[in-house]
Amino acid sequence: MITFKGVHKWFKDLHVLNDINLHVNQGEVLVVCGPSGSGKSTLIRTINKLEPINQGTLIVDGLDLSDSKADINKLRAEIGFVFQQFNLYPHLSVMRNITLAPIKIRKMSKNGAESQAMMLLERVGLIEKRDAYPTQLSGGQQQRVAIARALAMKPRIMLFDEPTSALDPEMIGEVLLVMKDLAQSGMTMIVVTHEMGFASEVSDRVVFMDEGQILEEAAPDEFFKNPKHERAQQFLKEVLSPMH
Amino acid sequence: MLKYQFDWSVVTSGKYFEWLLSGLSTTIQLSLVSVVLSFLLGLLIAVMRMSSIKPVRWFAHGYLEFFRNTPLLVQIFFWYFGSYKILPTVINDWLNRTNFEFGAAVIALTIYTSAFIAEDIRSGVRSIPKEQLEAARSSGFSYIRSMQYIILPQAVRITIPPLINQFLNLTKNSSLAMTIGVMELTYQARQVESYTFKGFEAFTAATLVYVVLSIAITIMVTYYDKIVLSPMKAR
Repeated sequence: MITFKGVHKWFKDLHVLNDINLHVNQGEVLVVCGPSGSGKSTLIRTINKLEPINQGTLIVDGLDLSDSKADINKLRAEIGFVFQQFNLYPHLSVMRNITLAPIKIRKMSKNGAESQAMMLLERVGLIEKRDAYPTQLSGGQQQRVAIARALAMKPRIMLFDEPTSALDPEMIGEVLLVMKDLAQSGMTMIVVTHEMGFASEVSDRVVFMDEGQILEEAAPDEFFKNPKHERAQQFLKEVLSPMH
Repeated sequence: MLKYQFDWSVVTSGKYFEWLLSGLSTTIQLSLVSVVLSFLLGLLIAVMRMSSIKPVRWFAHGYLEFFRNTPLLVQIFFWYFGSYKILPTVINDWLNRTNFEFGAAVIALTIYTSAFIAEDIRSGVRSIPKEQLEAARSSGFSYIRSMQYIILPQAVRITIPPLINQFLNLTKNSSLAMTIGVMELTYQARQVESYTFKGFEAFTAATLVYVVLSIAITIMVTYYDKIVLSPMKAR
């Protein structure tokens, strides 16, 4: 479904992605972890071309992203993206946040889009907030609306860029619950996160990145019990330490 | 000078009152049409100014510099006396049969004000976090559609206080249209003065009407901001 072949990217002199080779299958849940600045957010942002790559091949859902004729807007409609800072549209109600793209891009009827939005709001447990505005919601609620907004486009892939990092600890659980539910429904997901509980419980595979490189790629059990790379061991010690 | 006899009745009733009233009506029409057109044109120029296509961006930049840096009176004269010479006869004939003074004033006021509005909107857009554009583009919206549905609605809300200023300026600037014979409020006040020699009364009345008009505009835009747009709280 997603294939990276020898992908490189530079921010000026900084080599943020260094020879990335990775394949993600349909229905797979992949967790990407690593210290901050390791390139994991950049990696996930190349998949819907929020960041263009400089070298190599990246094929997403059959579309070669280095092809300048590729219809990127059409591809993006098929990929849900969930941001660390939620990025809901503050001038629109929860309902309008969710229905805007389905109505304008998918050309759904207003009624159809709204009944779909109600089902999604029920799924993320926020049906009573349909008329609220984003600033009236807590961080956890905003992130759940953001997930519903992404799902409203019936995406084939969902990308999560540190979805719980900006949340207060007591709100992380509610967002992870929605993500778990989604993973079990067979959605293809790539999740950049430090939530190792989520990784071990839900993911099919864990990728560890540092300094723009993929250093380790393993099933979660193997990665947590027996990390091979020294920097992965160090990283796990830090994120799993109760003092942290 | 001390023997001057005030006579407010010339401006509160009768023929001269009706002149002032018709002047007010023309001022309101002129301002209203120009406010709407200059806002739309300003939006367009602002978007062009931020385009990733260089020639489009340069054109918008040139437009802004040109029209912001020439006196409005010169622009009014240009559209009234100058454009006449370069337009085809058919259009000129048509313009002569309609109200050409009014049209020229609308064009000049619209273009002049749109340059200021475009810059205000552009700074409004720049204050919207770039993540909003990323979120919109991630959903599959093109750049233009992202602007239309997500960025500009937020930017315009932020731009409301400077926009009020531009609308007030436009309304006051519309008095310059008298120089090409548009029979708006200032023109009519001068007519009243010419016929009655009651200049103090005539221009006091005109001044008061401008003040009331400006306050009304401020109240309307503020009301629109508070009541219609209030659900988006300050971020």
